[in-house]
Amino acid sequence: MNNAQKAIRGFFRYPAELTLLLGIVFAFTTVVLLIAGAPPLDAYYHIFRGALGSWTRFSYVIKVWIPLTLCACGLLYTFRIGLWNIGVEGQVTMGAIFATWALRFGTQSDTPAIAILLSLLAGIAGGALWALIAGFLKTKGGVHEIFAGLGMNFVAQGTTLWLIFGPWKRPGIASMSGTEVFPEGLWLPYQAALNISPVGFGLALGAVLLTAFILIYTRIGLNLKAIGNNRFAAYLFGLKPGRYMLLAMLFAGGFAGMAGSLQVCGVYHRLIPSISSDYGYLALLVVMLSNYNIFYVPLVALFFACLNVGSIQLPMMLQLDSALSGVIQGSLVLATLAVQALRMYLKERGTEA
Amino acid sequence: MLLELKGIHKHFGKVKANNGIDLIIKPGTIHGILGENGAGKSTLMKILSGYIQKTSGTMCIDGSPVDYHTPAQASQLGIGMLYQDPLDFPPLTVLENFLLGQNRGLLSKKAFFQKQFEILMQALNFNLVPDTAVASLTIGERQQLEIVRLLNTGIEVLILDEPTTGISGLQRETLFGAIRKLAQEGKSIILVSHKLEEVLSLCDCVTVLRNGVVTGSMVQPYDSKALLTMMFGTPPAQPSKPAIRLGEPIFSMEMVSGTSGRAGLSDCSISIRQGEVIGLAGLGGSGQEVFLRIASGLERPVSGRIFIRGKRMHGSDHHRFKKEGVTFLPASRLEEGLIAGMSIMEHFALKDSRGLLVRWNDAYQKAEEGIGRFQVKGRPGTRVESLSGGNQQRLLLSFLPEHPVLLVLEHPTRGLDMESVRWVWEHLHNSCREKTSIFFSSAELDEIIMAADRVLVFFEGRVIKDVRTEETNSLELGMAIAGKV
Repeated sequence: MNNAQKAIRGFFRYPAELTLLLGIVFAFTTVVLLIAGAPPLDAYYHIFRGALGSWTRFSYVIKVWIPLTLCACGLLYTFRIGLWNIGVEGQVTMGAIFATWALRFGTQSDTPAIAILLSLLAGIAGGALWALIAGFLKTKGGVHEIFAGLGMNFVAQGTTLWLIFGPWKRPGIASMSGTEVFPEGLWLPYQAALNISPVGFGLALGAVLLTAFILIYTRIGLNLKAIGNNRFAAYLFGLKPGRYMLLAMLFAGGFAGMAGSLQVCGVYHRLIPSISSDYGYLALLVVMLSNYNIFYVPLVALFFACLNVGSIQLPMMLQLDSALSGVIQGSLVLATLAVQALRMYLKERGTEA
Repeated sequence: MLLELKGIHKHFGKVKANNGIDLIIKPGTIHGILGENGAGKSTLMKILSGYIQKTSGTMCIDGSPVDYHTPAQASQLGIGMLYQDPLDFPPLTVLENFLLGQNRGLLSKKAFFQKQFEILMQALNFNLVPDTAVASLTIGERQQLEIVRLLNTGIEVLILDEPTTGISGLQRETLFGAIRKLAQEGKSIILVSHKLEEVLSLCDCVTVLRNGVVTGSMVQPYDSKALLTMMFGTPPAQPSKPAIRLGEPIFSMEMVSGTSGRAGLSDCSISIRQGEVIGLAGLGGSGQEVFLRIASGLERPVSGRIFIRGKRMHGSDHHRFKKEGVTFLPASRLEEGLIAGMSIMEHFALKDSRGLLVRWNDAYQKAEEGIGRFQVKGRPGTRVESLSGGNQQRLLLSFLPEHPVLLVLEHPTRGLDMESVRWVWEHLHNSCREKTSIFFSSAELDEIIMAADRVLVFFEGRVIKDVRTEETNSLELGMAIAGKV
């Protein structure tokens, strides 16, 4: 094959793959909808309308986009060094717990801004701490990070429930609806006209830029990549893989914890049992679908957020469960993995022939 | 059963592991296959046992061509292989292992198989208790188990790959007795080994492979000198080391032992002087690899002491060795030396460890410089996995620091053409003038004789010969490599 042919193939490959991908997902979801006895086109229409039909709806999308993007940014560090940080979910939860804890002190303070700032920092610290524990289990104890993370997720979830029904319960009667709502002074600054919190939006955007900078321009990004691709060779180059794994976990946990604290002081204004809303798990899918590329992350996160918010319309309009968005997201990732496998297979066959 | 191989080819990409091999295995004979590492022995045996597929060629059993694709099909045809590391199931008992894959049907016919097991054990003079766990057996006992299992599946051709590595002398005698008995019963035995002595004493005929082709065959009585020439050949002249006055002893090992690898390393005491080049000879897995990894701190010795310029080094990790000026170059470039998925430029950026920001311009320049100086066919942005083997090797060499104290090189010129080899050694010898000392391993005896001041021959984890290169020759070294001192 000559160079021109190669270039043409390269140019058409990505659009071709994307078309194939969306085709698979569309077909699969349609089959699921037909089995459920729902009109597929109506369902897609309502998801679209539900996410982008009005500014208010879109502001809900942004609310989901913020924690999703933050978690995804953190996960880029761990994926880059080859770690599967499933514990991101617990790290979000821990961030939320630490943030709630800090805000509780703020109720007596007369400088709410400082209390909010402290709660953000506490959230970051909480998430980072939770990630570091999994990291140490991995580097010192040889516990696989998937199992460590999964275990820590359960502990974090249990801790939340215990706090809501125990030490931090509402005056009177404890309730699944969470701890008592914080006074409005402790809410994250909020832009009423736009219906979004500029601080949260700014932090998520900042996280994207910071992550892009670190991964591309600093030694940390380079070293994470080196260790992730070949740990032994990186060691021969003088790097200490264990330390960088902890560093990657620190970043991942920090961003997840920040997402958790924003959920507390920016969205729910209290600690609720499902404070993480599965955004951590969802962020894993976002990163995979972005092909581990920071520049695709905000867009894919936006797409996922649209699906999440849009599918809330389904129960109202079509008496369908909103879990359909999960089906679409899950099959997207599976299809991506399948297409990646196909690409590898074709490449291998190409070199053998 | 008469087994005939005609024109067997096996290509891995550009590498021709088997390049047209003809072989006839007659029933009732013990057939030895000799050859150095990388000669193509293992590939050929794996093709025979159905483990990998040949690229082209034909195989005939009793005159009719056969074609099979899995080890299961091979054993149905009557060909079984005993792998170097027994393929058994350590958590199961001996008897459970024995009846795996044989006990068809739903019900366990344990009693029946136990009887068969005991009959075979007795016939071959083996001694295994059916109820013991395989995990508690020695390698030799696991071999015995695997042999009776293969025999019970009805095989006629038994392939043994380096069967005497890691087993005791007594077990070896038992094994050889069993092999002779099986041959008398009309079975064919193929023995792959690098131990000349064993092959000569046991086999009825021998075939020698080198670089994927048959270089000769011989029946008893053997001429071991002729066999060694077939094994190692007579490659063209290599660059010789210029006379350099050697300095102080810089690095020493005292009674160092290690456990990794096939043979480990036993009680090794060596010291090297400034500017000295020491070549390590021996067949793969004889202890050179362990030696090099211990010498560079990648593996900690289980006993013994290591000093660099009088500093105690045993117990330290590779990064401490690196600080003392030791640089290690691994043989498997893409697995251990280079980082697949990263470009040449990124590798140079990785080498420069100062500051928080990566100096990409600097890395680009250094990459271009290295590419030019070491004649790597690539651009700074080229990913290392897309380079050819020789270019990967040259790239690795370009990473060597300016004035290293000690270079520890695993097969530094493997895969390079003669011109590049000459060039690499010129470069390395120049650094010896600056007092750099070098340990290197090589499969080419002539390279060692020409490039090194001293040669250490490893056999079964021990240095069995330590001699100045001008006082020896390739024949003598070849004998030592095969265990004859």
